[in-house]
Amino acid sequence: MKNEITITVYTENQVGLLNRIAILFSRRKINIESLNTSPSELEGIYRFTIVVLEEEEVVRKLARQIEKQIDVLKVYFNNNDEIIWQEMALYKVPADIIAEKVKVERLLRVNGARAVVIRKDYIVFETTGQREEINNLVARLEPFGLIEFVRSARIAIIKASAGIHDQILEFEEKLPGDTLTGNEFLNKHKEVVTE
Amino acid sequence: MISPAHYADVVTPSDTLTLESGSRIVMHALLAEEVNLIFGYPGGAIMPIYDALYDFKDDLQHILVRHEQGAIHAAQGYARASGRTGVVFATSGPGATNLVTGLADAMIDSTPLVCITGQVFAHLLGTDAFQETDVINITTPVTKWNYQVTDASEMAGALARAFYIAASGRPGPVLIDITKNAQLQQTDFEGYEKCSRIRSYRPKPVIRPAYISEAAALIDRAERPLVVFGQGVMLGKAEKEFIDFIEKADLPSAWTIMGMGALPTDHPLAVGMLGMHGNYGPNLLTNQCDVLIAVGMRFDDRVTGRLDKYATQAKIIHLDIDPAEIDKNIKATVPVWGDCKETLPLLTEAIQKKSHVAWRQKFAECHVREMDKVITPEQFPAGGPITMAEVMHQLNQYTGGEAIIVTDVGQHQMVACRYAVMNQSRSNITSGGLGTMGFGLPAAIGAKFGAPHRMVIAIVGDGGIQMTIQELGTIMQTGMKVKVLILNNEYLGMVRQWQELFHDHRYSFVQMSSPDYVQVANGYHIMAASVSAREDLTPALEKMIYHDGPYLLEIKVGKENNIFPMVPTGRSVSEIVLCKEEIRPS
Repeated sequence: MKNEITITVYTENQVGLLNRIAILFSRRKINIESLNTSPSELEGIYRFTIVVLEEEEVVRKLARQIEKQIDVLKVYFNNNDEIIWQEMALYKVPADIIAEKVKVERLLRVNGARAVVIRKDYIVFETTGQREEINNLVARLEPFGLIEFVRSARIAIIKASAGIHDQILEFEEKLPGDTLTGNEFLNKHKEVVTE
Repeated sequence: MISPAHYADVVTPSDTLTLESGSRIVMHALLAEEVNLIFGYPGGAIMPIYDALYDFKDDLQHILVRHEQGAIHAAQGYARASGRTGVVFATSGPGATNLVTGLADAMIDSTPLVCITGQVFAHLLGTDAFQETDVINITTPVTKWNYQVTDASEMAGALARAFYIAASGRPGPVLIDITKNAQLQQTDFEGYEKCSRIRSYRPKPVIRPAYISEAAALIDRAERPLVVFGQGVMLGKAEKEFIDFIEKADLPSAWTIMGMGALPTDHPLAVGMLGMHGNYGPNLLTNQCDVLIAVGMRFDDRVTGRLDKYATQAKIIHLDIDPAEIDKNIKATVPVWGDCKETLPLLTEAIQKKSHVAWRQKFAECHVREMDKVITPEQFPAGGPITMAEVMHQLNQYTGGEAIIVTDVGQHQMVACRYAVMNQSRSNITSGGLGTMGFGLPAAIGAKFGAPHRMVIAIVGDGGIQMTIQELGTIMQTGMKVKVLILNNEYLGMVRQWQELFHDHRYSFVQMSSPDYVQVANGYHIMAASVSAREDLTPALEKMIYHDGPYLLEIKVGKENNIFPMVPTGRSVSEIVLCKEEIRPS
């Protein structure tokens, strides 16, 4: 079954690495739903957050291929319940609508929108939240003349992760991570080897 | 040949900075990496490097090929025969794009290469300058690593990483693209330092002792174990460790096309080749073994046939250095990550001494059946035209299993790999994963440079030879004593066989006419002969073998001979057939 899976990739800062990672997806005809690159908790180390709609088994193999790239330090992949994630959106709304229709302003306030720019002709609001919340607000704003809308890529923090600090320190000796090496027969000695 | 050993200390880091050009740093890097041979083709954007090479030509031999594809295939042949990293020079644009097929081939067959391409001046990048092409992006999917050097100060570091990455872990091709300004630029040069670690790259996964003991327990309990091995045994230089392992537990062992030669073909535990046109026994019995031990192989679809019917009854032990190969095609019951040079001895230590006489007898029975139905009639035909198998049988009498056999791709490749006798590792050089027609002739030239004291025989078809026939010019110019054996059936034989068997005899564009190969070879001042009659075969082979120089021999073989056994596409390995009549409609 296809799930929304968030892939987190820690990398060195190298020109061309984005392409090297992206083509691993396109080669397998997997669409990238969302892609964000940012600095990580460690200086000089970058963090890609990639969202795909795929089967876990496919993502597991893909993650191994990503981790195999020379300049990639570590790859994790997680379901939505294993991460804290947010997206940000900007909405440009005509100023006269806000002035005339009180319920529009209420709608924005209720949804936690914050005005970023207020001008005579338009107002730009910002919200941060999950995909559905943003989609809902867009749908409700559309009838009132939404001039422009943009949503950012997903950024995500892995609940169970302790970050990359320790791993970087001992990277030379580090075993392949459990997520990638996890094997269904591991620790099932009695079932595999029957007397 | 120049001994590379004494170069190792020529350039060492020192406190004194000297100014060097980027191009000369390339030369220092090659010497420090113990390179003494380059296959290449000059052009505008790499001229400063060639100019620097002129000063180093006593220490760095350069082989001028006739096409960049020839250069990279030759470098592959060199690397496969010698176990060292092949080096290629090519210019920007078309020079670099002509390398792409070879890069893809080296990538899928894990061959260590460092390719250096020239590039336009950095300030012209992205302007559609003359002979500019985006080589880095074109080659990204077919290189283990690539990098564009735009400043001479990066040169030494980039090349050090290139050589380290190409040869370590699971080997592969690396491409370094160097802009012309970086070649010309003078920079402070502190000496060349080899690279031995990259923070984000772990060439050897750490061995987990728990898996070794799990694997040993499975092997100890196995009644019908089967070892399937690939090129990993050779890449890990673990041929001896492998033999110790299989001999201790009496494990019948079959090879993939890439693994052929790692175990002598006449070893008592050698049970033949796997795959679509492999031997009958190892294919059939894959689906009867109780423990399948895969060593340095990747379960290619040509080996497994239909995946969901592959060895489903067996526990699978998979030894591989590349974690991405584990569970990729076949789920491993026990994955044994690591370099097989290290994991095999641990496993040998942990397993019990065993004997599997009755189980091995089944392979012997299968072999008898294959002899009766296929091998004997093919190798000793009662009449009719010469068969490819007959040629291989006779060739074995002359090589005694000591020659390097380089093949192209197609029917002749399958016949050569099925019937060649090999006593030494690194004797079989073929394009396995990519199936690159045109590989054979240039790879054979490279193999001869990589193993100058061994006999090198290129066995090629009439299709493949015509894809890279221009490399006869390289033989002419270098005088390399390569034997070229063309098995000419006037067809693109493998495609024709499929059209006969699966496309209702509709021979769609497979008839191939050939030039007069003897005249072509003579035009290149290479001795040559052509035979079609059985009585001429032995003397012709003898003349080829004993001729002291390069030689081309065309043998006209049966036009519509088919290769059997065969695992038809989409079928299970146990549905292997020995003749056309056994193929059931799907």
